[in-house]
Amino acid sequence: MERLPILKIGPMLLVSIQVDLRDDMVIALQEDLAERIVDTGARGVVIDITALDIVDSFTGRMLATVAALSRVLDAETVVVGMRPAVAITLVELGLSLDGIKTALDVERGMRLLSSGGGSGR
Amino acid sequence: MTAQELPIAGDADVVRVRQAVRAAAVAAKLSLVDQTKLVTAASELARNTLTYGGGGSAVIEEVFNGLRKGVKAVFSDKGPGIADLKLALTDGYTSGSGMGLGLSGSRRLVDEFTIETATGDGTTVTVIKWAR
Amino acid sequence: MTSESFGDLIERCRAAEDELVRQWRTDVAASLRGRVSEIELDKELRDLLDAVLSAVGSPQGSDTRSPAFGEVRALLVELSRSRALQGFSPRETAIGVFALKRAVRESVGAGPEFQAFSDVIDELGLFTFETYAKAREEVISNQAEQLLELATPVVKLWHGVVALPLVGTLDSARAQVVMEKLLQTLVDTGSEYAIIDITGVPAVDTQVAQHLLKTIVAARLMGAQCIISGIRPQIAQTIVALGIEFGDIPTKATLADALMLALGRSGVDVAAEMTKRGL
Ligand SMILES: Nc1ncnc2c1ncn2[C@@H]1O[C@H](COP(=O)(O)OP(=O)(O)OP(=O)(O)O)[C@@H](O)[C@H]1O
Ligand SMILES: [Mg+2]
Repeated sequence: MERLPILKIGPMLLVSIQVDLRDDMVIALQEDLAERIVDTGARGVVIDITALDIVDSFTGRMLATVAALSRVLDAETVVVGMRPAVAITLVELGLSLDGIKTALDVERGMRLLSSGGGSGR
Repeated sequence: MTAQELPIAGDADVVRVRQAVRAAAVAAKLSLVDQTKLVTAASELARNTLTYGGGGSAVIEEVFNGLRKGVKAVFSDKGPGIADLKLALTDGYTSGSGMGLGLSGSRRLVDEFTIETATGDGTTVTVIKWAR
Repeated sequence: MTSESFGDLIERCRAAEDELVRQWRTDVAASLRGRVSEIELDKELRDLLDAVLSAVGSPQGSDTRSPAFGEVRALLVELSRSRALQGFSPRETAIGVFALKRAVRESVGAGPEFQAFSDVIDELGLFTFETYAKAREEVISNQAEQLLELATPVVKLWHGVVALPLVGTLDSARAQVVMEKLLQTLVDTGSEYAIIDITGVPAVDTQVAQHLLKTIVAARLMGAQCIISGIRPQIAQTIVALGIEFGDIPTKATLADALMLALGRSGVDVAAEMTKRGL
């Protein structure tokens, strides 16, 4: 199975999702990220979903789980680049992903992690 | 467009169903937000077909209501059926490890939503989204 | 009923096709008063005639709702739509279809099977009338939507701060359009703050308040924050009475206060900026 590449940039990990996500890839990503956070001692994870044209409950749950997992491992996760139509749909679906930090793009996401602030709670 | 039937037997099929629904939604001139809503609902329903129904199929077709175009998608399986439909349609109810938003959420995302199910006799969910 | 009810009418029509179309076109052209070119009209009518004859010749030839009439209906929808856009009246549009009866009667003669054919044309004429009305509605609602977008500009107030000053009554449809536009502007301008100013909105209902709330949550998912300004006492009452959780959404009395809040949060030193600009 093809796995999503995780890049290490300084003290942070970056995943830029560029393909149509299959459920098994979503599960693999969740496992890989937990492992890489521990292995690298990363302090932050940026998940870039600019290219995703939908986020359903399965992907949404993965994002929430990764955020919770990383917190347990003393790292912060920020989800960046969600498109307006995707955001509107997620809200209607009933997923507001409370507790996940978000940013408009990768650059802002990185900045957010290094400053420790964020629009999530 | 004539009706298109796709099998749902694995994770890759769920992706294919999403792509086919997207293509149909673009052809029917749904707005970007409406396309996204329909494709998301299709993703939820195709996954349910796979996870709970043990696999099945999706039939996607363009429908008309006078001048209005729309896309209809029908998801069916020959699985165990849903014993308590009201419960299954409740936000947050899951018999597995999901978030229980698939059915209730996709009902909010489409214009028409019907379920036919009987214990031991499979489940068929039909959704329609109309162009605005 | 099967195609037998039409006897050899279809074959006779096919044989006299050129004469039939010529006759038909003359009638139609008179009602359209030259606003559609001869060549265009000729093609339109030939396609339609061909589709009608094929449909009528099929086993479900007298049921205009059957799949056999799919192409005919599609052509009529297309015709109604273009006539509606060009500003023709519903009468001028439907007459084109009814005129086929006369053309058939004059060019191939009216045998006993003509009545069945005539009934089919009547159905198709009514269908054209209906689709015309719907097309017209569509044209109007599209125009309304465009006006709506024009009427609700999203303005950039500062680097990273956009504002949506809403004026007038918000209904659900309008709320949806403007909110989508606001979210898209956040992406297009790379803005992290959106101020929704509702000073000019006299009242909101549950649905609109819900739209507002959903937009704010959607903006947060995208990585932006919304601030609401100018909530009138009456709207505040609605919000509270509806039990809508505005919880930790920042609200400010005026647009200016909201801008100050956004600038403060994004770390702009307002005093320094003002000095820099000689204010
Ligand atoms: N095709 C089906 N066959 C049998 N049972 C089904 C089917 N679809 C849904 N169900 C039942 O309905 C419940 C609710 O479905 P729903 O999609 O809302 O939630 P979920 O799949 O459990 O979680 P989520 O979709 O949020 O990840 C499921 O847990 C399952 O018990
Ligand atoms: Mg589900």
